[in-house]
Amino acid sequence: MENQNVVYGINGPVVTVLKTKAFSMMEMVYVGEEKLVGEVITITDEMTTIQVYEETSGLKPGDPVVGTGAPMNVLLGPGIITNIFDGIERPLGAIAEKSGAFISKGVAVPSLDMDKEWDVTLKVKVGDKLTSGQIYATLPETPVIEHRLLVPPRVSGTVTSVKPNGKYRLMDCIVTLKLESGEDYELTLCQKWPIRTARPVKERLAPSIPLITGQRVIDTLFPVSKGGTAAVPGGFGTGKTMTQHQIAKWCDADIIVYVGCGERGNEMSQVLDEFSALIDPKNNRPMTDRTVLIANTSNMPVAAREASIYTGITLAEYYRDMGYDVAIMADSTSRWAEALREISGRLEEMPAEEGYPAYLPSRLAEFYERAGRVTPLCDGEGSVTIIGAVSPQGGDFSEPVTQNTKRFIRCFWALDKSLAYSRHYPAINWIGSYSEYFTDLDDWFVKNYGEEFIKCRNSISTILQEESSLMEIVKLIGADVLPDDQKLTIEIAKVIRVGYLQQNAFHPDDTYVTIEKQLLMMKTILHLYDRAKHLVSANIPISRVLEAGLFDKLLKMKYDIPNNKLEMFDEYIKEIDEKIAEITAVQS
Amino acid sequence: MIIDYVGVKEINGSLIVIDGVKDAFFDEVVDIRLDDGTVRKGRIVTMEGERIVVQVFEGTRSISLTNTRTRLTGHPMEMPMSPEIVGRVFNGSGEPIDGLGDVFPEKMCDINGSPINPVSRIYPQNYINTGISTIDTLMTLIRGQKLPIFSGSGMSHNELAVQIVRQAKIADGDGKDFVIVFAAMGVKNDVADYFKKSFEESGVLQRVVMFLNLANDPIIERILTPKCALATAEYLAFEQNKHVLVIMTDMTSYAEALREFSTSKGEIPGRKGFPGYLYSDFASLYERAGMVKGKTGSVTQIPILTMPNDDITHPIPDLTGYITEGQIVLDRGLQGQGIYPPVSVLPSLSRLMKDGIGKGFTREDHQALANQLFASYAKVMDARSLSSVIGEEELSAIDKKYIKFGKLFEDKFVNQGPKANRTIEQSLDLGWELLSHLPKNELDRVDDETLNAHYIENIEEKEAAQSESETAPQE
Repeated sequence: MENQNVVYGINGPVVTVLKTKAFSMMEMVYVGEEKLVGEVITITDEMTTIQVYEETSGLKPGDPVVGTGAPMNVLLGPGIITNIFDGIERPLGAIAEKSGAFISKGVAVPSLDMDKEWDVTLKVKVGDKLTSGQIYATLPETPVIEHRLLVPPRVSGTVTSVKPNGKYRLMDCIVTLKLESGEDYELTLCQKWPIRTARPVKERLAPSIPLITGQRVIDTLFPVSKGGTAAVPGGFGTGKTMTQHQIAKWCDADIIVYVGCGERGNEMSQVLDEFSALIDPKNNRPMTDRTVLIANTSNMPVAAREASIYTGITLAEYYRDMGYDVAIMADSTSRWAEALREISGRLEEMPAEEGYPAYLPSRLAEFYERAGRVTPLCDGEGSVTIIGAVSPQGGDFSEPVTQNTKRFIRCFWALDKSLAYSRHYPAINWIGSYSEYFTDLDDWFVKNYGEEFIKCRNSISTILQEESSLMEIVKLIGADVLPDDQKLTIEIAKVIRVGYLQQNAFHPDDTYVTIEKQLLMMKTILHLYDRAKHLVSANIPISRVLEAGLFDKLLKMKYDIPNNKLEMFDEYIKEIDEKIAEITAVQS
Repeated sequence: MIIDYVGVKEINGSLIVIDGVKDAFFDEVVDIRLDDGTVRKGRIVTMEGERIVVQVFEGTRSISLTNTRTRLTGHPMEMPMSPEIVGRVFNGSGEPIDGLGDVFPEKMCDINGSPINPVSRIYPQNYINTGISTIDTLMTLIRGQKLPIFSGSGMSHNELAVQIVRQAKIADGDGKDFVIVFAAMGVKNDVADYFKKSFEESGVLQRVVMFLNLANDPIIERILTPKCALATAEYLAFEQNKHVLVIMTDMTSYAEALREFSTSKGEIPGRKGFPGYLYSDFASLYERAGMVKGKTGSVTQIPILTMPNDDITHPIPDLTGYITEGQIVLDRGLQGQGIYPPVSVLPSLSRLMKDGIGKGFTREDHQALANQLFASYAKVMDARSLSSVIGEEELSAIDKKYIKFGKLFEDKFVNQGPKANRTIEQSLDLGWELLSHLPKNELDRVDDETLNAHYIENIEEKEAAQSESETAPQE
């Protein structure tokens, strides 16, 4: 073969090719005899630089480099859900079957199962005009997810032939289109899409529906909307992964894409075990029936780690286009940023802050901007919510990844070391966190749960703010010298902190709490606060109120009231009223 | 045909540059023969056409531009493996130094290994009883876990590691499937001797594979030490079905060697001069712990690292903490009070603990007790910081109770001495006993049923009565 391109230099995952005009930017290439997957990252007339997604040891100068003519892309089609991929959409299960427990290099396995037959129902007939994004067939991908086959973006034409309903494999042509240009276009069960390009949509919608997570501190104080973006920053051991797991398990998205980007291998096997054991209460099917896992653990090649985030979001967008609400968990974006830094270092680029490349903010922005609630090309409604974990070095939020992430997200759940040390989980600090979605979501809450929810939430957050300023004083002089009304604030804030914000992920009732129960809990706590305030203003010592045991009772109500017995809250209110009446009676 | 390349083009630190090399591959090992007959090994780290950069393991001292002949070996860095390596001593690059001759290889293993496929991993759930109350109760070690000890110079991390080795029941039954791989990186001769002696005393020396790279050995070998050790561990665990405990000390020296090497290659430094890929490099070591489907063996890691200036936010402990499944942090304050092991409970953590304890593993009440101990001890810290401002006298009654609980907890629970081997029941019961010194309504992390089952009412009166009855007969 003439003009064959060959490897010139090798430095870790970075490979260079001399004097060639054969490649385009971001083109996917195969490097070496083992056909390692790589991507073109810089081109000059002297030299083309390629990052390789696999271990390069054993590669030689002079080995062939073959272009594919297309940018780095993923195969989209049925079989994605329930699967587990590495950072460039290679199925880890199939790789394990082929090469054993350890991942060897250059294993050629198709991304999706080519031989499996799917039960396809055709939705179009000969003569129909199809435009991009339109559904031409459906098939049950899992018992809970209907896979809708969409005409790829930028393709439209008239149907010239349609296969009957029946069983088809991934590459079977089921519909033939005549394009406007006169060419024939075959629609199969799958399509390809470049991972670094956002899939087109008809229009973006306002983020006005919350993503219900069942986690009190999130739903009540820092809600995120469907199609929103949230960051979970925290040092090691503060429970980032745990928070992500909880949201993945319980949030009301239709599909979860979980990207384990540069994280622990044992953690991924835990996700696998737990998600297949966990039964979704909504449809009595295992969680895995609506989950895609992307596992590029920290010891897998660093370039694939960089790609894993884009692979994840592309899969998420594909299901969004079918009209699903998708939530993507990226754990952790810091590892991804470090992969950027590592590759940038190998390219000898001029570093900016802390060695990160200067394009870090623009890459982060590109990623987070792919979230959103939209009208897809096929009409209807879909969304991609991004929840990205950030692992700041030394737990210091002023480092570049956290700071730059903050600019592109609207919901910030700051995890706090001291809360984690006292095993207060989720360790979301209520002073340092924020959500910008409040005003967008207020209408929804008012419509579904009444004005009361907003009022209760505001009171709760006011009390917490007051407590935090009171604690400054307490730290200096002790709690004993405070006047009774301030002591009451501290006591009720403790009930809110321990009895409400803290949530036990391992307790069957407490791991997921409906908004309805959240509202009732808040109401009960605020009711006690209100009653106790009356007593205190009538000069009844606060110690009398505390002795009645009401505060302790509310601390434990999250465990004591099962999720299916919400009427018990009435008894609590009644008991509060009775006890308070008793105290008043004795006093007078 | 074997070609010798005569001379080198450039020498810089531990790196040499050779021109005109044909048919080499990335990561290949080369033999460098000096004129005086000595042979050193090196590894290709960068290639540009026919120019290669070689990292020389034993250092470049006395290499000149003309006095070398370099030969390609045709394989990456490998180590000979056989079941007989147990009980042997190697240097940092995997060559025997115990005078017993070369290992007769059953197979050659690439020391870099390959990543374990996440789908082939078994989620670790088998708890290891170490006999140390703080670890068993509050940061339980699990088979297949990587749990580092974060320490500082002069603290008793070595004693703790030895005690874990001596007391840990890692293998089932008679423990004959249990092997220790010990990797010393840049440690002092005394420390290496201490470990050797301790292994001897506890009768495990025959089950130890040692890799020694002492403080004055070449740093390039130090970079290879943990890789050789882990390749050995993987071989023993996944081919010989042993339960392997890998102790690596001191990771700080390893990271510093890596920094030295990276600087000499002229790489762009990241935080505190460490290379930008420190995280990935650490991960490629730590992630080699675990268990895989279809094999009965396991690799458990206890890396030890000394935090420079006791700073837990230093890049070395920081990045380690992000990869390992928890950490055991030692505290200089406790060490100063004569408490052994000086485990600082609050920042310590075991991430795999929650699924390896409780009913069927340890005891039903374990998780609840651990949560409550953490929460209560955190309050002790609040009370102490308050008392340091306003004085202990001024504290409220409840804060005083916490101060008292904190003292008891450190004296009785944390402090247990290097010889004491407590069963899990003893540790858990002790925990409840100490918690009973706090008023019942303060224990808000426990549900009522568990609390009623374990809380000892009026413990102080009972203790007083008991000590009275003990003294009574003497009267």
